[in-house]
Amino acid sequence: MTEEILTTPLEQQEYTINMGPQHPSTHGVLRYVVSLKGEIVHKVEPHLGYIHRGIEKMCEKLTYPQIIHLTDRLDYLTAHINNHAVCLAVEGALQVEVPERVVYIRTIMDELNRIASHQLWWCAYGMDLGGLTCFFYGLRDREKILDIFEESCGSRLLHSYYTPGGLMKDINPNFQKRTKEFIKYFRKKLPEYDQLLTGNVIFQERTKGVGPLTKEEAISYGVTGPNGRASGFSCDVRKHHPYAAYDKVDFKEAFYTEGDTFHRYKARIDEMWESMKIIEQLVDNIPEGDYSAKMKAVIKLPEGEYFQRVEAAKGDFGIFIISDGNKTPYRVKFRSPNFCNLSCIDLLSKNFKIADLVAISGSLDLVIPDIDR
Amino acid sequence: MNVIKYISGIFKGIISLWKGLMVTGYYFVHPGEIVTQQYPENRKELKMFDAFKGEVTMPHNENNEHKCTGCGICEMNCPNGSIEIISKSVISEDGKKKRAIDQHIYHLDMCTFCELCIKSCPSKALVWGQEFEHAVYDRSKLTKILNKPGSTLMKGVE
Repeated sequence: MTEEILTTPLEQQEYTINMGPQHPSTHGVLRYVVSLKGEIVHKVEPHLGYIHRGIEKMCEKLTYPQIIHLTDRLDYLTAHINNHAVCLAVEGALQVEVPERVVYIRTIMDELNRIASHQLWWCAYGMDLGGLTCFFYGLRDREKILDIFEESCGSRLLHSYYTPGGLMKDINPNFQKRTKEFIKYFRKKLPEYDQLLTGNVIFQERTKGVGPLTKEEAISYGVTGPNGRASGFSCDVRKHHPYAAYDKVDFKEAFYTEGDTFHRYKARIDEMWESMKIIEQLVDNIPEGDYSAKMKAVIKLPEGEYFQRVEAAKGDFGIFIISDGNKTPYRVKFRSPNFCNLSCIDLLSKNFKIADLVAISGSLDLVIPDIDR
Repeated sequence: MNVIKYISGIFKGIISLWKGLMVTGYYFVHPGEIVTQQYPENRKELKMFDAFKGEVTMPHNENNEHKCTGCGICEMNCPNGSIEIISKSVISEDGKKKRAIDQHIYHLDMCTFCELCIKSCPSKALVWGQEFEHAVYDRSKLTKILNKPGSTLMKGVE
């Protein structure tokens, strides 16, 4: 055995290394077991479950308003959007009409949350590829959004702001002014992102043509969100199955057909522009009215199965509830976008260098608590 | 041709790096645009937003009276058992037995700040406090008793 290892040339030897669970570029506790031949990646096997908390099981013991605060902790960068899915599912089951004001505020909050999530991804991705400056510039702008959230919702990351039937509390009177200020500010700052990173020659060399994903592969692996759209898979839930106020606004789906790492990056930058467009169309037209519909003190869903999907920042987020008529659900299942996006990592990184694996897994924008749940 | 491509590639690369340096250079010579807060030093001026969720508190008025009737709705609505209410029965002025709180125990270490207790309270006895520096050396210090010793129910609150 020893002799065999010593005599085979290095390029033909296959050996496995661990990347993670504490690797900075996995952005959490994800472990890749990477089979290498020399520097070439042969196989990547993700090992999950380091941050499994059993959220789906915990939901079975909680009432519907209580579930909301657990969905914050799935994909913590898009807490509003996860909350939205639960609220829409419960409201759909009870056939409650929420006030128009709630619909508008929810849509604006979702889009702000989407921008914040993409900003943090942009910071971390720049840092993964060796540009530490990006990290500070992205977080600087994200702070403005977090301030808007903090003023209205009270918290910066885990908001628990939506509740079945409406919102926890009304928005702050400053909300519209601050949001408009932010849009004006960020329209000036977003081109800086391009100057800093998109045009950078080192960044382009490391991302162009790396980790291509075809449309067929994206569909068969269930890759959604900006990752899927970069491969030409038109999968925007906001366009195809509009919920909230998305049928009232005009926006484009960020769409590319190349499907490589660079175009996954471009799709996200384009999404930030589109999100700003959506917010601009809605923020001046928030109607007056109640911030919550009248709901019963104890919410009981009629017996049956309910499914609701929303477009989270990472892709198609779905919630499936089976109710047996009690105040707690019989079973809750979350369809998390990150889990499906992760599944194609082996396909993407095959025959690329080990350093490209960092670029590829970063471009998928993985949030580990959402994968493990 | 290859030589021209090679040299133009070098120049394009340098220009792209220069563009990035222009951005960082701009902020280097414009220190007024820096937004960093000097946190531990600015504690005195630091004011959180009114809606900020720091911790659950029970406001008392100047006569050491609160609004909590001890109904237990907050305890029931809490998703992870952060609130415990120990109630006692007191005899009111007109001689009737009434339920009142002995201790309203709040486990800050378990609280997830979901706001359900505050939203569901029928007498609005709980509000958010602005305190956010919760780090302590001993975990038992995070278990708080919200009603002050000797406090009574505010008049007119049922």
